[in-house]
Amino acid sequence: MSVHAPILAIAVPLLGGFAVPLLARLHRKVRDLWVLLVVLFVGVCVGYVAAHVFTQGIWVYVLGAKNPQETLAPGGFPIRIMLTVDAMSAFMGLIAGFIALVAFPFALKYIPEEEGKTLSLTLGILLLAGILGMAYTGDLFNFFVFLEVTSIAACGIIGFRTWTSRAPEAAFKSMLLFSVSGLFFLLGVALLYGEYGALNLAYVSAQIRGSVVDRLSLALFLAGLLMKAAAAPVHFWAPDAYGEAPAAKALLLVVNTQVSLYGLWRVLFTLYGGLSDAGVGWLVVSLGLLTMVVAALMALVQTDLGRLVAYGAVSQIGYMMLGVGVGLVALSGRPDYGFVAMQGGVFHMLNDALTVGLLFLCVGAVEWAKGTRDLRALGGLGHGLPEVALAFLLASLALAGIPPLNGFASKILIYEGSFRLSPILTAIAVLCSILLLAVFARAFQGAFLGPRGEVEGKIPWVFLLSIGLLVVGILVLGLVPGFFVEEIVTPAAKALWQGRALYLAAVLGG
Amino acid sequence: MTVVVRTITRILFPISLVFGGYVIMHGHLTPGGGFQGGAVAASGLAMVLVAFGAKRLAEKKGLLSALESLGGVAFAALGFLGLGLTFFANILARSGGLFGGPVPYGPNPGELNTAGTLPLMNWAVGFKVLAGLGAVVLLFALFGGENDR
Repeated sequence: MSVHAPILAIAVPLLGGFAVPLLARLHRKVRDLWVLLVVLFVGVCVGYVAAHVFTQGIWVYVLGAKNPQETLAPGGFPIRIMLTVDAMSAFMGLIAGFIALVAFPFALKYIPEEEGKTLSLTLGILLLAGILGMAYTGDLFNFFVFLEVTSIAACGIIGFRTWTSRAPEAAFKSMLLFSVSGLFFLLGVALLYGEYGALNLAYVSAQIRGSVVDRLSLALFLAGLLMKAAAAPVHFWAPDAYGEAPAAKALLLVVNTQVSLYGLWRVLFTLYGGLSDAGVGWLVVSLGLLTMVVAALMALVQTDLGRLVAYGAVSQIGYMMLGVGVGLVALSGRPDYGFVAMQGGVFHMLNDALTVGLLFLCVGAVEWAKGTRDLRALGGLGHGLPEVALAFLLASLALAGIPPLNGFASKILIYEGSFRLSPILTAIAVLCSILLLAVFARAFQGAFLGPRGEVEGKIPWVFLLSIGLLVVGILVLGLVPGFFVEEIVTPAAKALWQGRALYLAAVLGG
Repeated sequence: MTVVVRTITRILFPISLVFGGYVIMHGHLTPGGGFQGGAVAASGLAMVLVAFGAKRLAEKKGLLSALESLGGVAFAALGFLGLGLTFFANILARSGGLFGGPVPYGPNPGELNTAGTLPLMNWAVGFKVLAGLGAVVLLFALFGGENDR
């Protein structure tokens, strides 16, 4: 079975998601156990795939062939759908798997039965399947299909609380943006298909010569994926979405934006890696700066804890774009600093998933205990919920990049890399970090400090387990960043930085 | 609705179901397939909703959602069927069994008993789309006010 691990990581949640409503008819316990088993299985699969890819190189899996490694049909043309898992894909898979392991136990307890828990779990598992599909696929059209799977599942999750007035509005906004982004991507794929008659990413990448049509589809890919990744100026769906979705599922939405960014890196470094246009890199860098500035400023004025954290999450997308964008600008000459910035950008994806995830879980716990997220109504929760308060503080500091936490480890790499390109970039990034620290200090003070606040519900131990897992993750990544940078971040960044030839060779041979 | 609409619906509903089934059944031979056939069949369901009102179909909602889940599970399970070779591998094609006949060369009217797992997948998708679209239309009709009709 182990030769099928990449596809099982996608197919099992797909089957598992559809089976959830059927199993719920048997018994709720059966359904909950099934969800846990599926998520555990996915965790094992992505872990195995990552271990294999990091030690033995790119793993290609061809669907529907006689043998999983038979990439080329007779005639030397890659006609079948295939999964091409390189170190970067495996890295994204690891993030998704870990976050799912944290989020689903939390969700099992967090979402009340009468609010349609079964459907919410189904959508969550389908979202996970879509995310892993986007991370592992080596086929452009297949990527679009999984992009749509995540879009639909995400909209369902965002608009889940239909009885509130804000959730359907947030879902409508996201639906609109996701549809446009999906159509942009599809049009880009269609143009490339019309030009080269192929959909395999590696094959098209080998053919691309930089014609007008190629550039047009690059623009479409950029626009579509940045929209889905919530980069400014099309970030406005994200705060609504993160704020309105059930807290446990907001984690998966964050991973969804990250995997869209991963798709963008895949397009820029692998599909168009042969062209290496510094102008595109500057575009990504400037949009990244815009994202972090706009989001940090917007976070300042929020009075809703969920939306405040959501703007914090959006601003972190800017840091990833800055890091990897600097690498893209420097791609043609390949100086050291470009790679350092890329290491930072890639490492920040992992750190962002953990810190923002922890913040959302804390918001969920606060909402569970108080029934509201309004900062004007909250206060003094630190007495009743000391664990949640400590976790929130830790995550806030990590998000703002205070040493010795994980956010510092990745941001220092981004600063180092971008400083060599232009000190102004670093200055803006540092300024935004300080701003975010101020924002989260205010939020912490507003929600947790002050005279003792009434706490209604008791926090279930499952919440503390999920929160604890993320806290441990943040501390470990912060205290020994060297090990993780060496073992998983560097191979992932290298796969983008100079892995294009290997990626193409793995599919096309030679 | 008036007796004219109801009578015509009575005549057309079975026809649309049969036509949907035909499109699904021949998905591997002619244009169409699971999604299109399912949509055709669901349009028959929508016609019944318009003619007879949503109230009489309300209790069928559970059945539709179960059918939809079953379609999804069946589709993924058919993918797992090929796991001896690779996921989605078509092990039924040219096996001589169900849908396992040889594909004839040259012009021919279309051999139904070919293509292996593909027709089965078409059926899975067909039922999923029929049930999914049917449930969506039914929900719209149930939530809509009385004056909308």
